[in-house]
Amino acid sequence: MNTNLLIKKFRESRLFWPLVAWILILIFNAIVEPGFFKLGIIEDPIYGRHLYGNLIDVFKNGTPLILVAIGMTLVIATGGVDLSVGAVIAISAAMGAVLINPALGNQLITNDILTKNATNTPLPLIILADLAAGTLCGLWNGFLVSRARIQPMVATLILMVAGRGIAQLITNGQIMTIYYTPYFWFGNGYILGLPASIYIVALVFLLAWWLVRKTSIGLFIESVGINSKSSYYSGINEKNVKLLAYTFCGFCGAIAGLILSSYVHSADGNNNGLNYELDAILAVVMGGTLMTGGRFSMFASVIGAVVIWTFTVTVYSLGVPANALLAAKAVLVMVVILLYSDYTRRFINRLFERRGSQHGTAN
Amino acid sequence: MVQRIKFFLLRYGPLLTTIAIFILAYIIGGQMYPTMQKPQVFFNLFINDGSLLLVSIGMTLVILTGGIDLSVGGVIALISAASAALLRGGVSPYVVIPLMICMGIAFGALLGWIIQVLKVQPFIATLMGLFFARGMAYIISLTSVTITNGVYKKLALTPIYIPFIPKAYIYLPTLVGPLILLVAIYLSFFTRFGRTIYAMGNNEQSALLMGLSVARTKISVYAFSGLCSALAGIVFSMSLLAGYGQFATGMELDAIAAVVMGGTSLSGGIGNIIGTLFGVLIHSTIVSILQFNGTLSSWWTRIAVGVLTLIFIGVQSLFYLKKKPT
Repeated sequence: MNTNLLIKKFRESRLFWPLVAWILILIFNAIVEPGFFKLGIIEDPIYGRHLYGNLIDVFKNGTPLILVAIGMTLVIATGGVDLSVGAVIAISAAMGAVLINPALGNQLITNDILTKNATNTPLPLIILADLAAGTLCGLWNGFLVSRARIQPMVATLILMVAGRGIAQLITNGQIMTIYYTPYFWFGNGYILGLPASIYIVALVFLLAWWLVRKTSIGLFIESVGINSKSSYYSGINEKNVKLLAYTFCGFCGAIAGLILSSYVHSADGNNNGLNYELDAILAVVMGGTLMTGGRFSMFASVIGAVVIWTFTVTVYSLGVPANALLAAKAVLVMVVILLYSDYTRRFINRLFERRGSQHGTAN
Repeated sequence: MVQRIKFFLLRYGPLLTTIAIFILAYIIGGQMYPTMQKPQVFFNLFINDGSLLLVSIGMTLVILTGGIDLSVGGVIALISAASAALLRGGVSPYVVIPLMICMGIAFGALLGWIIQVLKVQPFIATLMGLFFARGMAYIISLTSVTITNGVYKKLALTPIYIPFIPKAYIYLPTLVGPLILLVAIYLSFFTRFGRTIYAMGNNEQSALLMGLSVARTKISVYAFSGLCSALAGIVFSMSLLAGYGQFATGMELDAIAAVVMGGTSLSGGIGNIIGTLFGVLIHSTIVSILQFNGTLSSWWTRIAVGVLTLIFIGVQSLFYLKKKPT
């Protein structure tokens, strides 16, 4: 009886579907590609001994998406949506690249500069500028949504369109290559054999978790998402709650941009973080947070992001060209939509309940 | 009398603002670059943005119902790639074009069905459509496929001279946009279908309670948007004489921006299709001013479109604030 209750509780929790999806993908991998789960230790000349393998790669390369998904969860929980995260990633990446660029103006990048690891700005300042740029973008979105009362989709659409233009404006329309080795640590470094970016994500997640679960902000966000007007009448400053959610999303996007540009050693206003907004929304929806706002689970969104990234890695390792991945992703979305539609839910619930009642009669 | 003027301004304010801004932008462009005063430059606006106009028409109707269609850019890419591949395979263009149109309608109707019957948010469902269509275009061909078909070339490159204006011409595919615009004007202003669209956009629940056929209208609107996208895909592939999965990246955003600039409210129910025409014209005027300048890079287009969208949303909320409290 107790186990039945536990199973029922688990089945109805937000973690159920994403976990099922993840396990299905992993099983598929285990069958199709036996080497998928292989983990090894490699001696790296720059970053020392560390683990390597497909699973590590999933977490290492998926960190920008996980970060964006964490921020997006809060925004969607307030009943909004942030379409500009991809552009924010591009802006943050462009900011970092411009500040690093050792060759100012028409100065040629010589081998001398490259071997010296030259940078124009000290590293802490670069990080600060990156984070400030992203947070400012988030603040702008939050201002438009909470104070100017523009629909979230439209308000963030503006930055989505203009943001990539701004990113190109910062880098003067060029794809900037970064030659500054310490900067690469965020995307490529290791601590205790695990990718450094995982620790960054864990830190951000803990911060967000503490914010929403140990203070009353989480409750405020849910109440604003369920009914913004009645929250206002019960004394919650819904404007500032929304502002906070969007600002935090911008902050997450900024860190994601930092990690992403550090990982690919360059900043490209057009392609950094392309389609990330869509993937992040998909991750949040997979995590069971409703697009209309209200109850949310950040951990479920993180798992959703991991599912998407595992899926991506799987499709790549099957040899599908990167561009055709889109169609595969669409199939994934279709499956998710079908799983979450009322019909399927009702159907599956009926299936489980019938079995449950049979147990009851047998006992 | 004052009351009447006030009503008129409230009703047509955004539309008049859009038209005024278009004329202003064009005059400023003409003052800055005297070549822009030539009539041909005006017709070039239609030639260059023919597919954007088509897509925006479909998008306007969808947005009027309170939905959104993000799949348009993907459908254009898919249609262009599919038609190019079929033409390369030796299929007659008289078969290819109707086939592509049918495909677009079916695709739109399917999305509409998913939205209406499975109760998926339009935003998510059409996002899936975008991913799927673009991915399929890449599966058809990873590289650009050139179109060498004689009929396509002839259709694409035969100029039609405008009467009474010397040396001004448009191409045959350019006519498709204005034609569909007329159809859409008829549909939205003079038919039961159009009234249902507006009713749904204002309040879907009450439209349903009034006994309007909400389900059928919604699916037809998305199918119409699919038709527009398919036509836009054909026009697009004719203008470039090629098909490729990367075509029309971000076109859905340009279309939404054009619709918003045209005075249509994104919450649905308010706005009209004529504004969209001017929204598209503003977009292409900005692009041609940047082209005439030559030194400014294309990313300024994005910033300008973003800023203009913001301005128009401001104008809209100014006009609609008293009318429709949110």
